[in-house]
Amino acid sequence: MNVKLRVWRQAGPDTPGKFVEYEATGLNPNMSFLEMLDEVNEDITKRGEEPISFDHDCREGICGMCSCVINGEAHGPEYKVATCQTYMRSFQDGETITVEPFRAKAFPLIKDLIVNRSAFDRVIQAGGFISTSAGSAPDGNAIPVPKQDADAAMDAAACIGCGACVAACKNASAMLFVSAKVSHLNLLPQGKPEKDKRVLAMVQQMDAEGFGACTVTGSCEAVCPKGISLNFIAKMNRDYFGALLRAPSKAKAAHAD
Amino acid sequence: MNLDAKIPSGPLAQKWDNYKRDAKLVNPANKRKYDIIVVGTGLAGGAAAATLGELGYNVKSFCIQDSPRRAHSVAAQGGINAAKNYQNDGDSVYRLFYDTIKGGDFRAREANVYRLAQVSANIIDQCVAQGVPFAREYSGYLTNRSFGGAQVSRTFYARGQTGQQLLLGAYQSLMRQVSLGTVKVFPRTEMLDLVIVNGHAKGIVTRNLITGAIESHAGDAVVLATGGYGNTWYLSTYGRGSNATAIWRAHKKGACFANPCYAQIHPTCIPVSGDYQSKLTLMSESLRNDGRVWVPKKVGDKRAPGDIPEDERDYYLERKYPSYGNLAPRDISSRAAKQVCDEGRGVGESGLGVYLDFSAAIQRLGEAKIAERYGNLFDMYHEITGESAYKVPMRIYPAIHYTMGGLWVDYNLMSNVPGLFVAGEANFSDHGANRLGASALMQGLADGYFVLPNTISGYLAGQLGKRPKADAAEFKQAEKEVGDRLQKLLTIRGKRTITDFHKQLGKIMWDYCGMARNEAGLKKALELIPKLREEFWKDVNVPGEGGDLNQSLERAGRVADYFELAELIVLDALMRDESCGGHFREEHQEEGECKRNDEQFAYVAAWEHKGVSQPPVLHKEPLKYEEIHLATRSYK
Amino acid sequence: MSPLLRLAKSSLGKKYLMAFTGFGLFGFVVMHMLGNLQVFLGPDAINKYAHFLKSTPELLWGARLGLLAMVTVHFCVGIALAIENMQARDQEYAVKRAVKATLASRTMVVSGLIVLSFIIYHLAHYTLLTIHPEYRNLHDDLGRHDVYRMIVLGFSSPSVVSFYVISVGLLCFHLSHGIGAMFQSLGLKNEAYVERIDCLAKIVAVGLFIGYISIPLAVQIGMVK
Repeated sequence: MNVKLRVWRQAGPDTPGKFVEYEATGLNPNMSFLEMLDEVNEDITKRGEEPISFDHDCREGICGMCSCVINGEAHGPEYKVATCQTYMRSFQDGETITVEPFRAKAFPLIKDLIVNRSAFDRVIQAGGFISTSAGSAPDGNAIPVPKQDADAAMDAAACIGCGACVAACKNASAMLFVSAKVSHLNLLPQGKPEKDKRVLAMVQQMDAEGFGACTVTGSCEAVCPKGISLNFIAKMNRDYFGALLRAPSKAKAAHAD
Repeated sequence: MNLDAKIPSGPLAQKWDNYKRDAKLVNPANKRKYDIIVVGTGLAGGAAAATLGELGYNVKSFCIQDSPRRAHSVAAQGGINAAKNYQNDGDSVYRLFYDTIKGGDFRAREANVYRLAQVSANIIDQCVAQGVPFAREYSGYLTNRSFGGAQVSRTFYARGQTGQQLLLGAYQSLMRQVSLGTVKVFPRTEMLDLVIVNGHAKGIVTRNLITGAIESHAGDAVVLATGGYGNTWYLSTYGRGSNATAIWRAHKKGACFANPCYAQIHPTCIPVSGDYQSKLTLMSESLRNDGRVWVPKKVGDKRAPGDIPEDERDYYLERKYPSYGNLAPRDISSRAAKQVCDEGRGVGESGLGVYLDFSAAIQRLGEAKIAERYGNLFDMYHEITGESAYKVPMRIYPAIHYTMGGLWVDYNLMSNVPGLFVAGEANFSDHGANRLGASALMQGLADGYFVLPNTISGYLAGQLGKRPKADAAEFKQAEKEVGDRLQKLLTIRGKRTITDFHKQLGKIMWDYCGMARNEAGLKKALELIPKLREEFWKDVNVPGEGGDLNQSLERAGRVADYFELAELIVLDALMRDESCGGHFREEHQEEGECKRNDEQFAYVAAWEHKGVSQPPVLHKEPLKYEEIHLATRSYK
Repeated sequence: MSPLLRLAKSSLGKKYLMAFTGFGLFGFVVMHMLGNLQVFLGPDAINKYAHFLKSTPELLWGARLGLLAMVTVHFCVGIALAIENMQARDQEYAVKRAVKATLASRTMVVSGLIVLSFIIYHLAHYTLLTIHPEYRNLHDDLGRHDVYRMIVLGFSSPSVVSFYVISVGLLCFHLSHGIGAMFQSLGLKNEAYVERIDCLAKIVAVGLFIGYISIPLAVQIGMVK
């Protein structure tokens, strides 16, 4: 099969970018989308030009490195898969495919299709952890965790931190990402002692990074390669509300800053 | 060179306690005066950086990815072993130790493996405390499953995403340390050289992958946790970014490389579908708990699997290894698959594949139960191949998955270069000639959380105030070498692409140094590789410039290192004139099984670099077994 | 940061404010409809109700001030959020595709602003009577303000009715997303209820629409005269 690509090319954050068209010919429908880009890059290299830069690593949908908005959809047309697990059989022969980087103010562009997602790391630094140090843990079975809680925590923890939720949201909101981590840890008994502090601090950092607010459009959930549920956002809203009610004293709230 | 493993004295079960009793410590008030460089943020590197930060050291953590949550440990699916014996099925520290040593075909160091089994239980505790959502029973207690090569259920798991969850646990601990100011993370930064000052590893030279800036970082010790070198074979289950550059540059600066020929070939990967293929995808070994492996009995039988009657199928693992059956260790299963394919009984278009059939399990347990156990893996298989494994058997074939070899380290995880520590897959220490399933996660986290933080103090205690400045002459020299090399790659502007060379190298490695090796093939490879390397340096086309993000340049540097490393791998495979674990020399077999030669080869082969195209020097560290007796590894 | 400051400054706090005020305004929309529907019970019922309200200023003004405050907060916070949301993406996509997002969810700002302009017109029309000062002089036999007649007169113009129907339609469109979102923002959704809440929100929105437009339509077809 053959497709025509319109790829966003931008040499650096401060240089203007533009779409450049490429022909990808003789493709096998069982190729992954990134393998198709590999082939296009081989051709570009042979022509003596600089190939398209794009993030990728594991190519099995788990590391969260790959990004790309394909024909207006973060991670492309298929449901619950990342760009690296999108196959050419999902496209029509002869189709024109537009490839853009994730766009959000909090994800500044680095080059071509590569953006900087370290805002996510800073949100985790604000409280996306349980304050335990190696060596201090009790036996793994000392605290039973109800299976339904452990399963729900796992559903939330499945987030790969790719940022598709931000890319797809009309407000470039990071609510799905942040709520997944807040919910993962707040659902577990181990995470309870820091529950309020965690949600207050992580939301504060999320806002400081310049992500938008949630309008409950559901786009984030729809593009999420791991199908993280919108219900975790509701849970975070609940946790945050509870934290506000439980932390009336300035001292306690300041502690969360 | 005398390679002293520095094994503590005393009976095996007490060595680690004795070690800790006698270890030199660093005064808490002095810890912040030490800078420790940790390269790599997988399980071993992430855990080590976080834990060293918790202890109070100043840590600089480097990774090539955009975030320390993405290293390829993230992709491990099946689980992590620990000798908890929660299932009351006869497990113990000793049994885990023995299984690991035996699984490694008696080519691992006894004391290291015993320590690994000892700390395995602490890892589970630590991860549970971090909030890793391991699978649980309705009681709320942790559940286990059995995994390839073990007869007890000691594997803890988090759906099919155990590696991801463990890595996120380490990452979160690391982020906590960043917020506390003990760790500074340098993402999108690649280590391109190790800097040695007065014989000690005291820093690294890095390239900022965004700006292209070459920078020096000085430290009191350097920890490499940069993973394995399986991408030397081009197609593997590794992440595309996984590479050997850090350990290779350290090797060129004096660190010995041990057992490079020990590479694990995983039996359950999705077969290659075409030339364009960029990587192979592993299907978790846990599938073998319920899937039955078979090929047609007749050569060239091209009927659809459903049309082949039961009595014309060869369930060859169950036939050859009745007691372990489909759960036989990875090296054995892989080789058995190769054997039946070589006989012309392979399935699929290419004939390089075998069936992994769930129909019996679906009949026994129902589709719902199978979906609950393996749903995500079946989905993944469907995404990649477009076939439903509920309806037709999966097709699988072995692929390079892990490298047991790596930089030589002693009991302290320190290489022969003082101050250079190596953790996780990057070192050679615990898996011998073959790694058992669910043991890589165990080793990475054991090294990072519990071993290295305890052993590094012994070295640091004597090093206070000896950290050089990052503008010392040794750093300037290393920076210049790194810069020159990059410039050289950029100025070739030849006709062939990097991928083209890498694929060709991979093919040589897979054909002559893959699942089965022989003297003639290895010698052939030793002729082909240097020629190809020469051609690479004359005719490779690396587009772009060095002063900004340039993925071609990154790849070119790594492939250039694979060329040198490949030669060492083949040389080691040729030297090791026996079969053991993942290293199968066709000359040494007994009814198709590995035939070890303990008299001549019960040693660690540690190679010392003497310059490119100079023969490396082999140092032997004899493997002395105090507790166990070497036995023929049988899974029949 | 104090909880109140967080309520005003954080994105989640702002969404709570939107949800709280939205809930209050939604309550008013329901009450207002129930009040208006009394028109079907004949002039006496609705004029009595209106008279009751007018003669209980503490209730009337309490409600009016409350509503004004809620509208103000809902409007100001909504605009603040809209600006922040727009700023969160400095460069738009060349190919825009709304994945899963309903039209209502994507146009809350627009529908909200149009509804606001309708509210202003509607107040001028029926409350402040600036558009038809002569309505002030409508009295029934008992000397009460004849709200019934005012409604019949007001909805006798087809252009007024069409504007009203469109605006109420937009309001209900706004609510069809808003009611569900309100539960989401306040964290009152979970796996067990989420589908029921979203479904109920749509049913309520449609119910409100039918309830409201039944009055002008009844006037137009001469059922209420």
